[in-house]
Amino acid sequence: MDLDDLNTIAEKERAFHKKTVIRCCTAAGCMSSHADAVKAGLEKAVRDTGLGDRVEVRGVGCMRLCCQGPLVGVEPGGILYEKVTPEDAPSLVASTEGAPTKVARGNPDHPFFRKQMSIVLANSGEIDPERIESYIEAEGYRGLNTVLLEMAPKDAVDCVIKSGLRGRGGAGYPTGLKWATVAKTPAAQKYVVCNADEGDPGAFMDRSVLESDPHSVLEGMAIAGYAVGASQGFIYVRAEYPLAIKRLQTAIRQAKQIGLLGSGIFESPFNFNIDIRIGAGAYVCGEETALMASIEGKRGTPRPRPPFPAESGLWGCPTLINNVETLANIPPIIRKGADWYAAIGTGKSKGTKVFALAGKIANTGLIEVPMGTPLRQIVEEMGGGAPDGAKIKAVQTGGPSGGCIPAHELDTPVDYESLTRLGSIMGSGGMIVMDESTRMPEVARYFMEFCMDESCGKCVPCRAGTVQMHRLLDKIVQREATAGDLSTLEELCDMVRNTSLCGLGQNAPNPVVSTLRFFRDEYLELLRKEPNGEPAVTAGAAPAQNKEAS
Amino acid sequence: MKAVPIGSEKKRVVARVMKHASGDKRFKILEAHIKKFQGRQDSLIEVLHKAQELFGYLEDDLLLFVGYQLKLPPSRVYGVATFYHFFTLKPQGAHTCVVCLGTACYVRGADRVLAAIEAEAKIKAGETTPDRQLSLLTARCIGACGIAPAVVYDGATVPRQTPESAVAQVKGWLPHGP
Repeated sequence: MDLDDLNTIAEKERAFHKKTVIRCCTAAGCMSSHADAVKAGLEKAVRDTGLGDRVEVRGVGCMRLCCQGPLVGVEPGGILYEKVTPEDAPSLVASTEGAPTKVARGNPDHPFFRKQMSIVLANSGEIDPERIESYIEAEGYRGLNTVLLEMAPKDAVDCVIKSGLRGRGGAGYPTGLKWATVAKTPAAQKYVVCNADEGDPGAFMDRSVLESDPHSVLEGMAIAGYAVGASQGFIYVRAEYPLAIKRLQTAIRQAKQIGLLGSGIFESPFNFNIDIRIGAGAYVCGEETALMASIEGKRGTPRPRPPFPAESGLWGCPTLINNVETLANIPPIIRKGADWYAAIGTGKSKGTKVFALAGKIANTGLIEVPMGTPLRQIVEEMGGGAPDGAKIKAVQTGGPSGGCIPAHELDTPVDYESLTRLGSIMGSGGMIVMDESTRMPEVARYFMEFCMDESCGKCVPCRAGTVQMHRLLDKIVQREATAGDLSTLEELCDMVRNTSLCGLGQNAPNPVVSTLRFFRDEYLELLRKEPNGEPAVTAGAAPAQNKEAS
Repeated sequence: MKAVPIGSEKKRVVARVMKHASGDKRFKILEAHIKKFQGRQDSLIEVLHKAQELFGYLEDDLLLFVGYQLKLPPSRVYGVATFYHFFTLKPQGAHTCVVCLGTACYVRGADRVLAAIEAEAKIKAGETTPDRQLSLLTARCIGACGIAPAVVYDGATVPRQTPESAVAQVKGWLPHGP
């Protein structure tokens, strides 16, 4: 396998294309609305009408506007059909020959599509994720070729440092620095791990990338492996994503078959293999040290850092852990150069970010926008605001570790620093819109229940603290709490944040703190009143030892 | 698991393994799967996935078998099996209904959907009906937020559920009351 072979495969693939291409979304969202039957219907209709030499039906990845699925796109013409049923198939195929059709059309010029900037999702909705040829046609594996034949490992690390790419999994640590640390730690064996344990409720970006463009993640991992000197990679993916697992398995098999994974890739001395490890439903495994324990077949409990995984990770070897979206950014950065990437975004947050829009919003689905895009543009212009004329109250980012951004802060540009300033975090990119009917103390209780259930139990502040905070929040929601309970809750938040072992516990108070900061009135309204109408001040039954601990 | 003197426990395990190897075909399949991983101890979670896929749930015997094959103490196998939500140590019903309680589903009324199913089936989340027909489970997030609230009926994700549509879906699986 060399560059010529890649080009030959791409040529062959191009020659195979027909004049008209019907793209049918086959990502998990549309699949649940029977997109597979739609695709089968389209294929049958093409066969029945004998249009096989002019029309091609292609199963593609996520076409983004999940709420209107199943989606079907027709090229040329840039036509988008929404909520397609298998019965619509014959009429859609006939329409490519000029016949009228009654199937509902979407508007591809809507800001939801027009304001997007695709780097990670460039192939999503365009290529067939189950065929490696389709990825190779779209410039796939050219980045790996460039790196292996023209760049020293150090050059590849420098390129990523220069691009300004930061981790897309939540914390936003500069990716290039992480690579450099692993690269300079001497060891006979190193590992590259792709963190695909997307546990934040409300986030489905990584699932979509894996389902729509699995090869870009594999290529990113191989480039990372070359840059840091690793020959083995692991993808840790949630068991809740069966379709993503299946497509990854297919992609790895295909890449091995034609020699893009395995030994002597592109006839260089570089070897790289990737294995899939399937999670078993533990949120804490998104934390890197817990994730490594899980890959080793143990209970997924975190351990104190340092040593950081970059120095001592899987089985004690230096390990590079990157998120799915981070790795999917690598091939385009190598192909188009660090300067091109660094020109996108803001001063400290470069490139684009994929967000999953969900909740009380008209257009739910996936969007990719440059860093620094104002929140208002995302939720009002692209997302179409809250449905049925309701008013947006808050936007929740960062899942159970994040916070709620109130409507009056919607002009905030979305980048790492601005969100942190508002007491939230970028997180993995879930964005859940809440309207006036959502009550904030209940939201805080919901997230605390989540953290309480998902706490691994290793450190006391998180194990006991989340339970106590949940009890207090429950008391508040039940209108039985006093002002004393509220201040105990705030003390506990502070204590759990500062003394927990890992990110789960440290960030568990975030939803409480941020809703208390912006929606304190709602909490005060729920406090128990004395008969004379004054708020009750007697301290509640909160355990005294917690106060001492803080 | 009851406390048993170590020696006799070992004998019991060996006896079981012998019995399994000659009896139930599924143990053979599991054994082949373990061989595929060359009996590596870090494959424990993968092996438990396979075991649950074959047997439906992980009973004590099965955990002992896995521990014996991977040369891991029962405490380690039991510890891992109980740590992860995905593994179940109790038999499941013939049908499963998983209500997603992710944030997007939650703000779109998944709690009402769950309450409706609970009332209809007369069981709580996490339980199985006495006739072993329906297991009602909840998920943290199945990543189907664009089509919230979503419910997974027997492995098939169904979008935009309401209390009425969910009850209609599970009704057929429930015993017909008087």
